[in-house]
Amino acid sequence: MSSANDKDGEPSETSTGPSEGTRPLSKEEARKFYEEKGIDFSPDAPVKPRPIPQFEKSISDKIASKFGSKVTVDYVRANRMRISTKKEDILDVAHFIRDELGYDHAESVSGVDYPDSKEIEIVYHLGSYTDEKLAQQVLALATRVPREEIPNPGKDRSRMTSLREVFYSVEFHERECFEMFGVYFEGHPDNRRLLLPEDWADIPPFRKDFKIKGR
Amino acid sequence: MTAQLPPGIQLEKVDDRIMTLNVGPQHPGSGHMRLIIKIDGDYIVSCDPDPGYVHRGEEKMAEYRNYIQNIPHLERPVIHDSSNILHPYCLAVEELLGIEVPERAKYIRVIASELNRCIYTLYWLAIYGIFLGHSTMFMWPAGDRELFIDLLEAMSGARVTHAYLVPGGVRNDLPANFEERCLRQVDYFEKRLKEYQAVFYKNPILISRTEGTGILSRTDAIRLGTTGSVLRASGVDFDIRKKEPYDVYENLDFETVVMKEGDSYARSYVPYLEMFESCRIIRDAIRKMPKSGSVRTKLKPNPKGGNEEVYKRVESGRGALGYYIVSNNRPEPYRVKISVGSFRNLICMPYLLKGELLGNMPSVYWSLNYWPVEADR
Repeated sequence: MSSANDKDGEPSETSTGPSEGTRPLSKEEARKFYEEKGIDFSPDAPVKPRPIPQFEKSISDKIASKFGSKVTVDYVRANRMRISTKKEDILDVAHFIRDELGYDHAESVSGVDYPDSKEIEIVYHLGSYTDEKLAQQVLALATRVPREEIPNPGKDRSRMTSLREVFYSVEFHERECFEMFGVYFEGHPDNRRLLLPEDWADIPPFRKDFKIKGR
Repeated sequence: MTAQLPPGIQLEKVDDRIMTLNVGPQHPGSGHMRLIIKIDGDYIVSCDPDPGYVHRGEEKMAEYRNYIQNIPHLERPVIHDSSNILHPYCLAVEELLGIEVPERAKYIRVIASELNRCIYTLYWLAIYGIFLGHSTMFMWPAGDRELFIDLLEAMSGARVTHAYLVPGGVRNDLPANFEERCLRQVDYFEKRLKEYQAVFYKNPILISRTEGTGILSRTDAIRLGTTGSVLRASGVDFDIRKKEPYDVYENLDFETVVMKEGDSYARSYVPYLEMFESCRIIRDAIRKMPKSGSVRTKLKPNPKGGNEEVYKRVESGRGALGYYIVSNNRPEPYRVKISVGSFRNLICMPYLLKGELLGNMPSVYWSLNYWPVEADR
């Protein structure tokens, strides 16, 4: 009986090449298959340094002259600036961005999980309705908070200051971030669950160590 | 007296004046979400929105699929507006992979997006009508919507979830005689829209129920970060098609609709007026479109983005719709965040419904142009 089963299992082990059967390819096989066909695996659009335009340069200079080495200002691409700062300084930077630069609302708050460097990045995308010159600009304000191996949302070191008192519009976005990444926002008046069910008992689902079933 | 309760069950303290009302998730006045409303007599004391009943983790799913496999499932959050939800995704992926889009494809995309905006707005208007007990206003838009669905079916082969926009252009070229057919239907539709005005927007019952309810001032609209028709009904002139034009919107002739009142009536009137602008855009785009040429730049199999990030946004039927994509030299995106108008406008609900009559709740709620499935993603 067992020998019959072994025989059934055999052909898939000995077969080579991607064309045989419907078995999914392993990574090495896929790489070999594509290399034989002359398809390279290098990135399609390698990141090139881009020259920074005049208007963005003026914003960048204002921030740099105020905060110096506390912030890193990058020009990502046209109309997109990015400010990275430490989580201790983010409230001051946000106040400066609102009062001096004229950004008045948040479009989104995203978390990005980086398990390798044990950090979770929180990115605020800020825009402006009142300043005509800033209408096409979106400013990304990013900070990183520590990431716990075993998360305990609300009680561990993954926490930062809420920006709700600066940008009122982040209220629901920060609530979503808290439940999806386990990053607690200090000073937020309402840190309840928003989208997840009340009886969710697993880790925050947008962390990289939460795997979708069957994948 | 204190009865023995099973573990985990708590009794809520009941006030003799304030009553808690769960509106939804199955109530026709709320869609797939719940509003926890506290009322004092007929007046709403507080409102706590509870979305998430249709949360499907689209953003998480996108991390497991490559840029091409992501196309069909990312349009699911709002299938009535599927061109507009795929539009920023295509723009973002094109920028990430450095793809040039053929000129003709850009025009076709704009036409598809505007047709879809009309389809969405008509659907929204139909439900707004039935919310307020106006059955004619349910039947008319629901019927006229079919005209545009037929056009999109001719373009793409599917009625609603067509995944017509792809990174690099559109899936296939327009069918023969599409231009004449489209212009004929747009002409008919404009005539038809004017009849809506007589039956719905000048209806004294509608006016008495919506005018002056749920007023959102200009300052608050900005402070709360609202977007789309809610923002423009409060007097802020902001439309991404004008402010940060994508594809070929800068070549096309249209105007931003702005109203100052900020009440439910203005919020329901702005999308209606925008349908006229959509018709203008479609007509102009058909006139200026190159008559032949390629419609799609083919991508490499399994394309990879560099180690960078991109944020692209468009104006959808419900406001700004942005995609934030982080890539790390892999064929799959590292993180996809969809910033949707519905979720941004959700914050208005506790704010606008406070102090409002309970009877005005449906009209204020649906005037926010809120689509629960999109907000949950």
